[in-house]
Amino acid sequence: MNFDFTAIPTTLDAVHLGLAVLAALFLLLYLTKGSSSQPAPQAAPQPEPKPEPAPEAKPAPKPAPKLKEATPDAALQLLSLLQQEARFVDFVREDLAGFSDADIGAAARVVHEGSRKALDEYFRFEPVRGEDEESRVTLPEGFNAHEVRLTGNVVGKAPFTGTLVHRGWKVTEVKLPKLAEGHDTRVIAPAEVEL
Amino acid sequence: MNQEQTRARYAVGIDLGTTHCVLSYVDLDADDDAALEVMPVPQLSAPGTIDEKWQLPSFVYQAHESELSGDDLSLPWSQEPVVVGTLARELGSKTPIRLVASAKSWLCHGGVDRHSAFLPLNSPDEVPKLSPLDATGLYLEHLRRAWDYWYPDTPLVDQDVTITVPASFDPAARELTADAARNIGFRHLTLLEEPQAAVYSWIEASKDAWRDEVGVGDIILVVDIGGGTSDFSLVAVTEDDGNLQLNRVAVGDHILLGGDNMDLALAYRLRAKLAQQGTNLQPWQVMGIVHACRDAKEKLLADPDVESVPIVVPSRGSKLLGGTLRTELTRDEVRESLVEGFFPQVGIDDHPAAQARGALTQMGLPYAQDAAISRHLAAFLSRQHGAADELFGAGAGDFIKPTRILFNGGVLKAPALAERTLTIINSWLSTAGAPQATLLSGLDLDLAVARGSAYYGAVRQGQGVRIRGGIASAYYVGIESAMPAIPGMEPPVEALCVAPFGMEEGSEAEVPGREFGLVVGEPVRFRFFGSTTRRDDTAGTLLDYWEPEELEELPEIQATLPVEGRTPGEVVPVRLASRVTEVGTLRLEAIPRDGAERWQVELDVREQ
Repeated sequence: MNFDFTAIPTTLDAVHLGLAVLAALFLLLYLTKGSSSQPAPQAAPQPEPKPEPAPEAKPAPKPAPKLKEATPDAALQLLSLLQQEARFVDFVREDLAGFSDADIGAAARVVHEGSRKALDEYFRFEPVRGEDEESRVTLPEGFNAHEVRLTGNVVGKAPFTGTLVHRGWKVTEVKLPKLAEGHDTRVIAPAEVEL
Repeated sequence: MNQEQTRARYAVGIDLGTTHCVLSYVDLDADDDAALEVMPVPQLSAPGTIDEKWQLPSFVYQAHESELSGDDLSLPWSQEPVVVGTLARELGSKTPIRLVASAKSWLCHGGVDRHSAFLPLNSPDEVPKLSPLDATGLYLEHLRRAWDYWYPDTPLVDQDVTITVPASFDPAARELTADAARNIGFRHLTLLEEPQAAVYSWIEASKDAWRDEVGVGDIILVVDIGGGTSDFSLVAVTEDDGNLQLNRVAVGDHILLGGDNMDLALAYRLRAKLAQQGTNLQPWQVMGIVHACRDAKEKLLADPDVESVPIVVPSRGSKLLGGTLRTELTRDEVRESLVEGFFPQVGIDDHPAAQARGALTQMGLPYAQDAAISRHLAAFLSRQHGAADELFGAGAGDFIKPTRILFNGGVLKAPALAERTLTIINSWLSTAGAPQATLLSGLDLDLAVARGSAYYGAVRQGQGVRIRGGIASAYYVGIESAMPAIPGMEPPVEALCVAPFGMEEGSEAEVPGREFGLVVGEPVRFRFFGSTTRRDDTAGTLLDYWEPEELEELPEIQATLPVEGRTPGEVVPVRLASRVTEVGTLRLEAIPRDGAERWQVELDVREQ
């Protein structure tokens, strides 16, 4: 087969129009992504200065450039985990009217067991205050106002003495799974079609 | 070979389990008290979602091209063409025709060509197939990639790697495991028996206190009941120069029976119960019940105050209410199905019905036909009644009497099952008038094998106690005896011992007195036998009679003399020699009378 490289198309046919549009598109993509895009999928893991929560006493995970930090997607990711493990969205979206407590109870077990499994796996919790609830506690001067909220007759100065109504919860460790680049977090549960 | 330059920095242990793989390691350059670590394995837990877990489920999923997109399969190191681990198991639970599972059980199944790609078994032609060897390689490759991702400066292939295999693996299965590891590129490789790894883990966990827990004359019985298999070993404690020595004196048969069978037993029981009430379950609901039973079983077996645990199988659709199936599993049901079903209180002479061995040609895994683990255990202790005679002098009675018990495997995490097993063993002992056996504790039953194998790697580098043992079987080649043929009768077979019991790693045995004629260029097959009880036969011993339970027939082996430098069809007289390699595999070699060449005899015969 011979190619005539000197031949210049005299008319603009559909194929060449398509090629031109594609080229423009690539150029646009290149410009918007800039130099930060990874050229090859097999990029070797590179150390990144930003530390991240490591599993306890394990080798410090080196963040991979291909995995994005679960920042804006974190909420969707959590929703997805709760849906997968606990059918959370299914349950909350359903109208409970017309169902017996036995039915609701059976479903609640699914949600409870699954949610607990998901929370245990990805978070570590501890109560903010170790004292028993309904016991008297004294807050010294300079107590952490983020951790303890004062209610009721809030007057005067620290130290404050009052009743511990709720112990509070604090997450000490978060270990959410990482997401692949290009993973659409908005699909929290794919539709399922059995063939 | 530049092995000297790349001295291993880490001793790495890999528990290559039927259902899970775990990698554990010790830094050899650290000070005395080098901590043992378990490596978190990044793996796909859902499409596009990478999670780190201690265990890598031993499953491969052959996804359909339109099932997952490329991004869905990204791992921190690359995009894999196949799915391994948690996601494989999840996807495979709904699409079993694309799931490769139990590769390890296939690896030791002599009735199939273990190099040929036939997994997933009986799936449609368009599903790509893998051999048991390939699947094993994929798990190891995933672990290698994960390691190299955490430790790019010290690649796993350069580390001192110990891979565990069931004590009951036959020589061909060991060789295949070593092959899979060599294909990955591991340079410093050793195989270790799983029950031994459990003992090492116990030694490591107790620091130096293990010497206070056992003494000379003790016999430790290791009972290892995992997800798919049960494995038993006996370790005798002796003294050498004032130091305690551990000797692995016996291993049991390969029994395909474990925790998965128990979950299934419970699920089928519930299915029957629901069917009686008029509810017939669909297959996916049975799967859901199996899952739910696993958790419920653990709760019921762990806590004596719990009388019943609700079993809930959610609907498949988005309507959760109304479509959710609810039943419950009671303490009595668990006791009846598991405790009485799998651990019945039997006598020491109550053994499993002998399995017909004729099923070698049938495709399918040779699952244990008798689910009673206590019967298998009774048979093991009876068969090995003389296992410690050489060390301690002849013991009285029909079975060997362990004095210490070490449990391993996830099933025995359940206190009710562990207690039951101990009670049964002690009832045998007290009937025989022997002292009660006590339990050795301190193991993490899920991770012990991986931890123990990493510790073993460290022990091999320096001081620390090593379990002695060598090979746990004697091996024989079948020879048709020179007798006039009788029509309709198979010619009687004699068995020539080629590798004696207890041969140590790195040692060699020549088989004297007998020559074989091998035809150049033509494969010659031999029948092959193993015996875990004939301890006194030396290489060259010729048996013309044996009890049926003494020798077990293994898959045939094959010798092929290459044509180079000879005439095809020529008959060359050869002698046989056996060698246990440093890796821990058995090698059989044919040595011609004239010349120094050696030809390897294939233990794993490929189908032509």
